[in-house]
Amino acid sequence: MSLETAANPENLRRVAIDPVSRVEGHGKVTILLDDKNRIHQVRLHIVEFRGFEKFIQGRPYWEVPVMVQRLCGICPVSHHLAASKALDAIVGAKHLTPTAEKMRRLMHYGQILQSHALHFFHLCSPDLLFGFDSDISKRNIVGIAEKYPETAKRGILLRKFGQEVIRHTAGKRIHGTGSVPGGVNKSLSIAERDELLKDIYQMVAWSREAVHMVKELHHKNPELYNSFGAFRANYMSMVGYDGSLDLYHGRLRGRDENGNVMFDGVDYNDYTDLIGEEVKNWSYMKFPYLKSLGKEKGWYRVGPLSRVQNCDFISTPLAEMERREFMAYSGVMPMHAPLGYHWARMIEMLHAAEMIKDLLHDDDITGSELMTTGERGFEGVGVIEAPRGTLIHHYRVDENDLVTMCNLIVSTTHNNQAMNEAVRRVAQQYLHGHEITEGLLNHIEVAIRAFDPCLSCATHALGKMPLEVEVLGVDGMQLSTLSRSGDGGFCA
Amino acid sequence: MNQNKTFTLDGKTIPYTEGQTIIQAAMAAGEYIPHLCFNPELKAHGSCKLCTVKANGRQTASCTQQPTPEMVVESDTQELNDERRALLQMLFVEGNHFCPSCEKSGDCQLQATAYVLKMMSPHYNQFYPDRPVDASHPEYLLDFNRCILCSLCVRASRDVDGKNVFALSGRGIKSHLIVNAKSGQLADTDFCDADKAAHVCPVGVILKKRVGFATPIGSRSFDELPISATPHPQGACPVCPRSDAATLPPHPKSRGA
Repeated sequence: MSLETAANPENLRRVAIDPVSRVEGHGKVTILLDDKNRIHQVRLHIVEFRGFEKFIQGRPYWEVPVMVQRLCGICPVSHHLAASKALDAIVGAKHLTPTAEKMRRLMHYGQILQSHALHFFHLCSPDLLFGFDSDISKRNIVGIAEKYPETAKRGILLRKFGQEVIRHTAGKRIHGTGSVPGGVNKSLSIAERDELLKDIYQMVAWSREAVHMVKELHHKNPELYNSFGAFRANYMSMVGYDGSLDLYHGRLRGRDENGNVMFDGVDYNDYTDLIGEEVKNWSYMKFPYLKSLGKEKGWYRVGPLSRVQNCDFISTPLAEMERREFMAYSGVMPMHAPLGYHWARMIEMLHAAEMIKDLLHDDDITGSELMTTGERGFEGVGVIEAPRGTLIHHYRVDENDLVTMCNLIVSTTHNNQAMNEAVRRVAQQYLHGHEITEGLLNHIEVAIRAFDPCLSCATHALGKMPLEVEVLGVDGMQLSTLSRSGDGGFCA
Repeated sequence: MNQNKTFTLDGKTIPYTEGQTIIQAAMAAGEYIPHLCFNPELKAHGSCKLCTVKANGRQTASCTQQPTPEMVVESDTQELNDERRALLQMLFVEGNHFCPSCEKSGDCQLQATAYVLKMMSPHYNQFYPDRPVDASHPEYLLDFNRCILCSLCVRASRDVDGKNVFALSGRGIKSHLIVNAKSGQLADTDFCDADKAAHVCPVGVILKKRVGFATPIGSRSFDELPISATPHPQGACPVCPRSDAATLPPHPKSRGA
């Protein structure tokens, strides 16, 4: 039973988690149960709507990296950089200057560090350290600060450090302007570099201990951590040209549920050959799928759990050690358990901290060659591995410099089906046949949180959402209907 | 011979010379009176009303009013600043002044003045004008939705450049900036980068293309000091710090096609 759509919804009781808490953005879960509390339908709905793809049209392209980052207050840098990468093609910047590329990378690793720290410490550690159905009044960051003050402090300071990296590279902690089509508008001053160097070793150490903390949780309770909401899935991410974990640039690689490579070395400019997007009439969020496998079987997972298992190695030593241990733990088969996301996420945070340390010791970071130009282009695709997964920006620009087309496939969107699968598994595992309690409902949220979804970033089904309008007479008889299909076409 | 004529501005003695307006004398003495449609290089227009002061108890536009000996001028008062803030709020809602994604942010006199006058919200309902962007010109872009009708570009083009590229059209609430060409497009005028009119827009209407966010946060006109304490940007081109900040990519129309 897929649990996506109940056969006879009219006879069922509806329980809603609205809003889903401790995630970015606004979503809800609806559960349909019968009178014996048996689950018949579970859906994660994304109920807000953004529309950036539409209103960016007609704006000058150089405004785009700053405008589209307003999609998000948590990882704006990802949108800022993905848009900049796409628009590098418009200004003909095939290869950035070393300073420009390293400044963008530094900004990105700052973003990864702060976002992963925020997610783990502020949003998820209450579930993991207190228990999924623990006292709700303590199950938050304030409760953590009371019981585990050192953990809370580290979470806050790690995030703060990441924000400071962003401030020095982008001009502001949130919604800066550092990256522009063709390069960056600043490099680090010596003073800025030294200020960050002062704290970076502490950040590396704390990040390493955060990995150990999640690892211990897995080792202490493998039954829960290996099976909670677990489902098998394909997975995809960008990997570096050398097969390493590269969150800024590379090619696309996908593996099937057994970890076998399905495709590799795919140039992201050809993403439309690889990925299709399905629209369903109950969510503003699209459902991407691999075209080669079709809508039913082609869905996949992105984000830390995919990336850490998809790459061949990590270039920084401490994170690589942790990756190997992670791979050894999961064994021959890939880890599919949603709670494994936390472990993988902390490995990435450690990698980001190590990369920041290396970049701060690189002289290019204080260089003065900031911009590159070349032959003017009219279309560009930019892909980056955002904290939550693969982020795709695609633009067309006319000869008057105005954007004519924009397509965004946001990290969380890739995970749409996967998150729905996870909540359905949890509903089956924990809720089916039981009296629903707050603690049980939190299990559903724990599964969603593992993916670190950013729901506000992910809703772009403008003008595509299938709708059905029925006109009923006073006697309840249907007089007429009008429906719009997923491709935007109408039929009466 | 006129040097010993003075008036007082908020209690400070300000010297002036014959023919100077209140705002000119105040600026020469390093005193700030909020304003938007005034530029010392162009003939005063007296339209934005932001520079309104009380001269001997009567409200008047300080950009057009000349002082008289011993005149008592009040500017930085609660009453006047409240009225100025209301004017700013009306300007904000009449246009699409979305600072978060505007490349003029940090260099914009409307934004900087709103900061100085502590405008915390637009207060009124937004108009959300929907005027198409004019991107026809190879080097300049016009975003009419940000126009505050200061007419600085109109005056600069007419009085300095001798081109009459811009005009204000319509009346009252329907007033709007137009381009003086049969097609209405900037590309069909002789407007160019050397024009004074290209460099006087206090907001984000007349923008040099492909510059965007080339100036980092921290180096923009009003990042260090508020507009009230900044050496007046209008003595020179308010956007020139940005003009040479980036290596600009060539425009497709200028590739020799």
